[in-house]
Amino acid sequence: MKAFGTVHKYGDNVDTDVIIPARYLNTTDHKELAAHCMEDIDPDFVKKVKEGDIIVANMNFGCGSSREHAPIAIKASGISCVIASTFARIFYRNAINTALPILECDEAAKKIDDGDQVEIDFDTGVITNKTKNETYQAQPFPEFIKEIINAGGLLNSLKK
Amino acid sequence: MGMTMTQKILAAHAGLEKVEAGQLIKCKLDMVLGNDVTTPVAIKEFQKAGFNTVFDKTKISMVMDHFTPNKDIKAAGQCKLCRDFANEKGIVNYFDVGDMGIEHALLPEKGLVAPGELVIGADSHTCTYGALGAFSTGVGSTDMAAGMATGEAWFKVPSAIKFNITGKLNEWVSGKDVILHIIGMIGVDGALYKSMEFVGDGIKNLSMDDRLAMANMAIEAGAKNGIFIVDEITKAYVSDKVNREYKVYEPDADAKYDAVYDIDLSKIKSTVAFPHLPENTRTIDEVGEVKIDQVVIGSCTNGRMEDLQVAAKILKGKHVAKNVRCIVIPATQKIYMQAMKEGLLEIFINAGCAVSTPTCGPCLGGHMGILAAGERAVATTNRNFVGRMGHPESEVYLASPAIAAASAITGKISDVSEVL
Ligand code: SF4
Repeated sequence: MKAFGTVHKYGDNVDTDVIIPARYLNTTDHKELAAHCMEDIDPDFVKKVKEGDIIVANMNFGCGSSREHAPIAIKASGISCVIASTFARIFYRNAINTALPILECDEAAKKIDDGDQVEIDFDTGVITNKTKNETYQAQPFPEFIKEIINAGGLLNSLKK
Repeated sequence: MGMTMTQKILAAHAGLEKVEAGQLIKCKLDMVLGNDVTTPVAIKEFQKAGFNTVFDKTKISMVMDHFTPNKDIKAAGQCKLCRDFANEKGIVNYFDVGDMGIEHALLPEKGLVAPGELVIGADSHTCTYGALGAFSTGVGSTDMAAGMATGEAWFKVPSAIKFNITGKLNEWVSGKDVILHIIGMIGVDGALYKSMEFVGDGIKNLSMDDRLAMANMAIEAGAKNGIFIVDEITKAYVSDKVNREYKVYEPDADAKYDAVYDIDLSKIKSTVAFPHLPENTRTIDEVGEVKIDQVVIGSCTNGRMEDLQVAAKILKGKHVAKNVRCIVIPATQKIYMQAMKEGLLEIFINAGCAVSTPTCGPCLGGHMGILAAGERAVATTNRNFVGRMGHPESEVYLASPAIAAASAITGKISDVSEVL
């Protein structure tokens, strides 16, 4: 499993309220959620994001409420992976359970800049920054986490 | 390199000899918990995925506590959905109005959690059971659905912060003050993703109710779980509640900790968290003049027997200040009954308090004591976020039952010495 795309870079403590504002929580429609993704932190995000793009952020990405709408909105907007120094723990769980690939890698989070072209190999955990000609090592997913993501989420992976 | 208490429990439930911080593992669950807010979502997910049966009828707990006795039609519908599902699937530990309590007070009391066990709950304060030396943590509704179906959940093994507890608490100072002090010190993300492990020879001076209040608020420091070493007090607590075998885990002597803090209990003062974050703490002597409109004594943090006993000692023969509403909510039916037998309810009512059947009620701004714009409450609860107890312009000050009771009498945030 690989991902390749352009990076959208954010700072510390990107909370679930800016990822998907509470005013849009009256729907669970993925497309509608995606239409408002990151609206309160980056109003142009929806216009500039392309299928396969990558979000990179610093500390505590996804803090705040436990809403599963946040990873759903990011995934539905076309993002193929979120890399951050650290994730808030309920967001981390919710992302994997809703099949949004995420990687914790402090070095990558620090060195990658907005607009860089980045490739991720999920099998090895190697993150390659094509723009800067650098590589960073994240912990690869174990087999069963890969299965959850490939199946499209935790409950899909359990379906008989 | 050795393992922490948490890592040992996770390893045992994953069938592994050893785990390390950061590792992703799959564990067997001893208990899966949900309440009347989170369970309906999980039930829908469970059904959508096509599951018919639950993994174990005895290892799922459903507690109708947030908006019960049903606050409105929507709450009634949520509970009905849970009740029908529980009946259909034969869920043994389904607790409804009349025999329920606030989930995190109820499960330990019913013997549904034992030392060394692994519990997930679709409620962030599931971390409370760490007081018993169990690993317990809050998850989302999807996790609850999968847990009910398979009896398993995945975890990222946390690193840990060690709190080395020594000494003994002064009179009127409680576990609540200790945890508020710690959160004030390390901040609301001070233990992000980590375990908070409480060890040291001062633990023996903390009652079970003190420990439950402390573990309850681990999440308020961002922690994945809080956990206490198991001692004679823990064993005595579970002896008449748990009749299955359980295992006691101790941290390895060479376990690796990200940080170590020494906490001398004798130095802790009564502590109050100002709006709107639990880390905005001040000791009682730094509070100044803060007039209040309401006092709430209850919740999964401080609605237990000792909490009510302390409050009653202070309120006995006194009266709640004019223009202050004091609401006392025993956390479970058993505590309610015991408080009645001990004459505590009479003390509260004579003092002008309202006493209620168990419910989360005002703790999450649900019902039974909502604040108007500009109003202030002192509460023994665990969160003082914007709008937590009602209007976004209301304020919640978190404190111990002793400070709450004293404040009810004076009408402003007060130390016990001001009323006794
Ligand atoms: S008492 Fe408050 S914190 Fe505890 S479970 Fe109920 S709503 Fe949550």
